[in-house]
Amino acid sequence: MIRFEQVSKTYPGGQQALRQVSFHISPGEMAFLTGHSGAGKSTLLKLISIMERPTVGKVLINGHDLNLIQRRQIPYIRRDIGMIFQSHQLLMDRSVFDNVALPLVIEGYSHKEIGKRVQAALEMVGLADKIKSSPLALSGGEQQRVGIARAIVNKPPLLLADEPTGNLDPKLSMEIMRLFESFNQAGVAVLIATHDLGLIARMRYRTLTLKKGQMITDGLTEDWPSDDAPTV
Amino acid sequence: MSLLFKGRSQGAVRSQISPVQRLLMFFISHVRQALASLGELWRSPGSSLMTIAVLGLSITLPSALYILLKNTERVSAGWEQASEITLFLHQSTSEGDIQQLMTRLKLWPEVDELVHIDKAQALQEFKQLSGFGDALNYLDSNPLPHVILVKPNKRHTSPTAAGMLLDKLRKEREVEVGQIDIQWLERLHGIVSIAKEMVSVVALLLFLAVALIIGNTIRLNILSRRDEILVMKLVGATDAFIQRPFLYTGFWYGFLGGLLAWITVALLLWWLSDSITRVASLYQVEFQVQGLHGQALLLMLALSIFLGLAGSLLSVHKHIRAIEPK
Repeated sequence: MIRFEQVSKTYPGGQQALRQVSFHISPGEMAFLTGHSGAGKSTLLKLISIMERPTVGKVLINGHDLNLIQRRQIPYIRRDIGMIFQSHQLLMDRSVFDNVALPLVIEGYSHKEIGKRVQAALEMVGLADKIKSSPLALSGGEQQRVGIARAIVNKPPLLLADEPTGNLDPKLSMEIMRLFESFNQAGVAVLIATHDLGLIARMRYRTLTLKKGQMITDGLTEDWPSDDAPTV
Repeated sequence: MSLLFKGRSQGAVRSQISPVQRLLMFFISHVRQALASLGELWRSPGSSLMTIAVLGLSITLPSALYILLKNTERVSAGWEQASEITLFLHQSTSEGDIQQLMTRLKLWPEVDELVHIDKAQALQEFKQLSGFGDALNYLDSNPLPHVILVKPNKRHTSPTAAGMLLDKLRKEREVEVGQIDIQWLERLHGIVSIAKEMVSVVALLLFLAVALIIGNTIRLNILSRRDEILVMKLVGATDAFIQRPFLYTGFWYGFLGGLLAWITVALLLWWLSDSITRVASLYQVEFQVQGLHGQALLLMLALSIFLGLAGSLLSVHKHIRAIEPK
């Protein structure tokens, strides 16, 4: 599904965010991406959603080289990727319905279809009763779930989450993770960047660890030698 | 269709609607967006009205000048039609000579009409109109010459043809001086054509200003909705989709500005028409100011809308492209 081949990213100014990173995530796989802040997690996710381009190397999704994607094609790529952000990126002056409906409106779904799908997506994240609320009236955990509903409303085959539990307490974080797990069970590939190692340990999924832009471990957390485990 | 995933259809393709329905949906969504943009203007009436006023007045000025020019042309066109050649005859010319001259001239193909103003009659008229009345009684003899007014036929009223006819008339023995009131008309024409060019230049500059004002207003709109645009780009909106409401805003600015200019011009004419009629009556002319009608009005509105769209298009192209999620 996602394949990185010797990818390096140097930002203008010389900061090297990623160095020769290679990995592969299969369709329908769920994986964590971890590392200290500044290790390159966000950069890696941005390369997948083409917010950044690699300096060297190739990023492929489903066999398509993203380097060959032209600027005007980028929106269509993003429609295949559900993205979830730590800061939610919700439109605070619109209702929950409008926020979740946005990807469908952009893709030109009919009014009826939009209503049906938004309802379904909100039910999936347990917010069906908040459909008319303003995001401002919701708690942090609820806002994040609205963001998740928006990411899955057009049923993308791939979900990316950048610190989705960053501002949440452990109980809420676990609930969010269970949500991702349920999407994964429905066949969606999920890549979650987080530095919440406790959470990762409980979840027992494949974990990719970045350190100063390099991939240092790839596998289940149990397989790590104890001195290699990153400390936060 | 998805670029990355074969068999994953997107949007309208998936919902399986007929082309007619899709066209209808497209149309409906455009109408909806147009109305949404209008609503957006309605929600901030203060700044919208200011912008519309600036646009309206900028369009009013060239329109008013255009009306002024058109009316000037209409008036002077009437004068040119009436161009007459005045022949002043030698003092010594006798009545018999005049009758002979008249009969000869009547046969000329260029001449349409001849009027003889007898010198006694002319003096009488002069007495009445000038107010010198009694003073003129002290004159021993009538100093006025006999006058013949020659009205050229339709094909010889243009300045050059009339000039040629005048040359021919001057060669007649009895004619002392021949005059044609065309030179000042030519000068007037010259001035009017300079004015016309100036109106074009002023109009061009003002239209450019309108486009730039709309462009700048739209730029501010775009910047104030930066966060929204970022989110839309993150969930896969194309530039075309994002810019549509801004283009509609430009359209509305142009439309409403044009409408305002229309109203302003009408008010201006209504306000001026009284005094113009009064001045015209002083010159003993029936004159009605001709405003903008039918096509000209539509053209003004269309131009205004075009400027609105052009201004917003310039702005949208540049600024929506520049907002990219990082």
